[in-house]
Amino acid sequence: MPDQSTIWIVIVGLAIGTFLIRFSFIGLIGDRDLPEWVLRHLRYTAVAVLPGLIAPLIVWPAATGGQMDATRMAAALVAFVIGMWWKSVIGAVFGGMGTLYLLQYLAG
Amino acid sequence: MTNQNPNPRAAYWSGFRAGAPFILVVIPFALLFGVVAQEAGLSIAQLMSMTVLVIAGAAQLTALALLTENAPTAIVLITALAVNLRMAMYSAALVPHFGKAKLSTKLWLSYFLVDQTFAVSIQKFEDTPDMALSEKLAFFFGAMSPVAPLWYAATLVGALLGSQIPPAFSLDFAVPICFIAITGPMLRTPAHIVAALVSVIVALMLAWIPYSMGLLVAAVLAMIAGAQAEVFLARRKRHA
Repeated sequence: MPDQSTIWIVIVGLAIGTFLIRFSFIGLIGDRDLPEWVLRHLRYTAVAVLPGLIAPLIVWPAATGGQMDATRMAAALVAFVIGMWWKSVIGAVFGGMGTLYLLQYLAG
Repeated sequence: MTNQNPNPRAAYWSGFRAGAPFILVVIPFALLFGVVAQEAGLSIAQLMSMTVLVIAGAAQLTALALLTENAPTAIVLITALAVNLRMAMYSAALVPHFGKAKLSTKLWLSYFLVDQTFAVSIQKFEDTPDMALSEKLAFFFGAMSPVAPLWYAATLVGALLGSQIPPAFSLDFAVPICFIAITGPMLRTPAHIVAALVSVIVALMLAWIPYSMGLLVAAVLAMIAGAQAEVFLARRKRHA
C-alpha cells in the first residue's frame, strides 16, 4: 500500500473531480447541447475502463503471485454470466464468491 | 403545461418508494467495499472519507485497486475519474429539469447524483412531464433518502467487520468479482460488449507497460470502439 499522503491525495482529488463531473452541466455549462459524437463516447466510458481494469486481476491474480488460477477464472466466469444474463449485481457477487469457495473447498 | 397545485410531499414519498429497492443493492455492495478497503490497508477515517466524499462505488474500487498496485497518483486519479465520466452525461440530461433550481440546491443535487437517483428520476420526469420544479426536486431527494445514508452506514459496518474475516475467505478476489458484478449489467447493447472486449484485450496485451498506463490506452481505444460500433450498427439498421 502506498504512503498515507498519497492515499489522502487520491481521496480528495477523486472527491473534487467526481463532484465537478456531476456539477458540470447542472451548475456550470447549463443548457447547451453537447455534440452527438461527445455523447456517443461518454456512453462507453465506464465499460471501457472497468473490464480492462479487471482482466489482469483475474488472469494474473495477486494472491497466487501472478500465476493463472483455474478456480479464480471459473469464479469470474460465473459472476460474469450471472451479472450479464440476470442483470443482478448481488447475484453476481454471491455466485462468483460462492463458486470460488466451493472450488477451493473441493480442491482441499 | 406545468402542474398548478404542486405537491412536493407526495413527490418525495413517490421518490422514496422508487429508490427503496436499491437498498438491496447498496447495502451488500457498501459492506463489501468496507471490507475490501479495510483489507487493502485504508484506515477507517480514510475509507469513510472516501465513501462520504465520493459516493461512487465503482470509481472508489478502481482507485483502491490501482492504489494497491502502487500505480502513480495521477494514473489512479485519471482512471478512477474516467469511470465517473458517465455522470457528466447524467448532469447534462438533468439540465432541462433542474436548470432553474437555486445554486445551493444544485450543489446538493450534484453531490447526490449517483446511478440510482439518476435512473429513477429521469424515468419519472419523462413519464410525468407536468411535474413542477419543487416536485422534481422532492422526488430526486426522496429517491436519494433510502440510498445514501445506508451507503455510508453499511460501509462502516463492512470496515469494522472486515478485520474479523479470516484470509481463508479469499477476499483478495472480492474486488475483481465486485467489478464484474457491476460491469455485467452495463453490457446492454452490442456496442457496449464491443467496448468491453476491446478494453479487456488491449489491457491484457499492454499489461507489461508500467504504472498501469496500458489501462488508459485500453480505455481510450475501447471508448472509440464502442462509439464506432454504435454508428456502424445504427447505419446497418437503417439500410436493412
